[in-house]
Amino acid sequence: MTEYSPLLSVKGLGVEFRTRRGVARVLDDVGFELHRGQTLGVVGESGCGKSVTALAVMQLISQPPGRITGGEVRFDGRDLLQFSESEMRRVRGNRISMIFQEPMTSLNPAYTVGDQIAEAVRLHEGLSKAASLARAVEMLDAVGIPAAAQRLHEYPHQFSGGMRQRVMIAMALACKPDVLIADEPTTALDVTVQAQIFDLIADMRERTGTAVMLITHDMGAIAEMADRVVVMYAGRIVEAGAVRDILSAPQHPYTRGLIACAPGRRTVAPGQPLEEIPGTVPSLLERDAGCLFANRCAKVMPRCRAELPPVTTQAGGHQVACWLNQETSA
Amino acid sequence: MTRNLWLVLRRLGLAFGLVLAVLAVNFTLIHSAPGDPAMVIAGEMGGADEAAMAAIRKNYGLDKPLPEQFVTYIGRSLHGDLGTSYTYNRPVSELILDRLGPTILLVLTALLGAICIGTLMGVLASRRPDSLFSGVVTVFSLIGYAMPVFWTGILLVILFGKVWPIMPIAGMRDVRMMGAGTWASMLDVLHHLVLPAVTLGLIYVAQYSRLARASMLEVLGSDYIRTARAKGLGVWAVTFKHALRNAMMPLVTIAGLQFGNLISGAVLVETVFSWPGLGTLALDAILGRDYPTLLGVLTFSAILVIVANLLTDVSYRWIDPRLRGR
Repeated sequence: MTEYSPLLSVKGLGVEFRTRRGVARVLDDVGFELHRGQTLGVVGESGCGKSVTALAVMQLISQPPGRITGGEVRFDGRDLLQFSESEMRRVRGNRISMIFQEPMTSLNPAYTVGDQIAEAVRLHEGLSKAASLARAVEMLDAVGIPAAAQRLHEYPHQFSGGMRQRVMIAMALACKPDVLIADEPTTALDVTVQAQIFDLIADMRERTGTAVMLITHDMGAIAEMADRVVVMYAGRIVEAGAVRDILSAPQHPYTRGLIACAPGRRTVAPGQPLEEIPGTVPSLLERDAGCLFANRCAKVMPRCRAELPPVTTQAGGHQVACWLNQETSA
Repeated sequence: MTRNLWLVLRRLGLAFGLVLAVLAVNFTLIHSAPGDPAMVIAGEMGGADEAAMAAIRKNYGLDKPLPEQFVTYIGRSLHGDLGTSYTYNRPVSELILDRLGPTILLVLTALLGAICIGTLMGVLASRRPDSLFSGVVTVFSLIGYAMPVFWTGILLVILFGKVWPIMPIAGMRDVRMMGAGTWASMLDVLHHLVLPAVTLGLIYVAQYSRLARASMLEVLGSDYIRTARAKGLGVWAVTFKHALRNAMMPLVTIAGLQFGNLISGAVLVETVFSWPGLGTLALDAILGRDYPTLLGVLTFSAILVIVANLLTDVSYRWIDPRLRGR
């Protein structure tokens, strides 16, 4: 089997935030690969570092208080962390684009949607005003906004939440990027609209060949859309692998918990409580020596509290960081 | 479009009612203040007996009962006749038109200058809220805010009148420049304008820089700023195109609301620098119990404030598309 070089390859990425109560290690040794045309799902509960990972790739973390402490973000063979701000600007919105969680507030209320889409095109492709607006119409049409040519001149407040997310997608894809980072694109939307947006992202990926990094906690969406999955917990990757392997044979107790929690995958009898993972994410300010999940893990062993488990790689590139796995595979 | 027209007409109607109310309040206030204009006029003539006093009262309509004077006053005002000045013996409307230009020049220079400089300072400070520059802006605005206009004016008069005489400290034109060409006399007026405008505008520079800094900091933290950066825009495009426009709302609001303060500030500044505007006219009118002139000046400043508020409303709609058609 030929190993293609990945489009985006992150290795050993670390990010810290200075806070009033000390330094929080928000990302620790994060690594993953994204190949052309693929969809990589990134899952984990709120605050586990999914969004920070995306912002670190885009170099949009505000420094200070944030700081990238190490690692590399190799995109198309070059390390983005070594890029100057002006080099990075040519990547953002052009080769790597991003859409966000809050479509209601992510568009500038003072400019028409057409202006906002065309702005990126003019910036990166140097098109004329008319040509960039024509591209904007094309894009609005592609993301399923009816009467695109008229709606071009409307302002964000004249669009619904789902429509605004469509506009965001149109804007992100206007320059035909290699990578689209979708940071919980449906969290703020109605359930019926959520499915439409996921369908749209999948459809646009098919049409443009853009690789997608899909950050979500919707396991259903992951099952449908992702090729590979990365599971994050408290700023570290605890499990990664092909979506089939992760969903059918999760190894890490946290991943198992996440999958068990997802309603709809298994029917829950009426009156029965949904599954939950007990406890909360540990504070990132003082990290203990051992596994960060130890305090919430049902299968915790003495060793878990003392040493950080190393990553083991199994067949099909299924990676797990858990002592349990170490014991059984050893 | 007809809806917008209707809105404009409604606004104008309201403004007209407001002017009438201002006329009524001013009239009542002035006539309930102590002092008798006939006495002052007689005093200036070098004294008069009862018969002469009665003649003066009759001449200016002061012998009629107040309600009748009021009705006459309103009726005439609506026809643009603001009466005749007791002191200057000229129609008040003429006096005001003579003085209106200098005041508007002074007030607009101070206001626009303050908005531009203050906003720019605030925007630059907001880029790096912890920097030395940002601290300097904060301290400057506190000091600027704490200095009374007349005091700043007097300090500047001392500084540029005595210590470093490079600026004219009184009047609007140099007598030696009479008969000079258009450009030269315009430059002369601008030269005279510097100190009064700085004095009047300083406090507003202080306020706007503070307000702009706070407003920009808030806007810079919003989601659409992150979107703009994710698009690949540079710092300046993000700051001036995407952030500033949204941060302008509170600035415009304050500028509109403060227009009245600005005019009362102008009265003080014009007095300190002998600027031949409405302010000095108002002061003379107060000292001379020149009721028609004083009433006229007050009415005119009220109209200026009302116009400023209308303009504020218009600019809201221009800045924030969400307000259009409401």
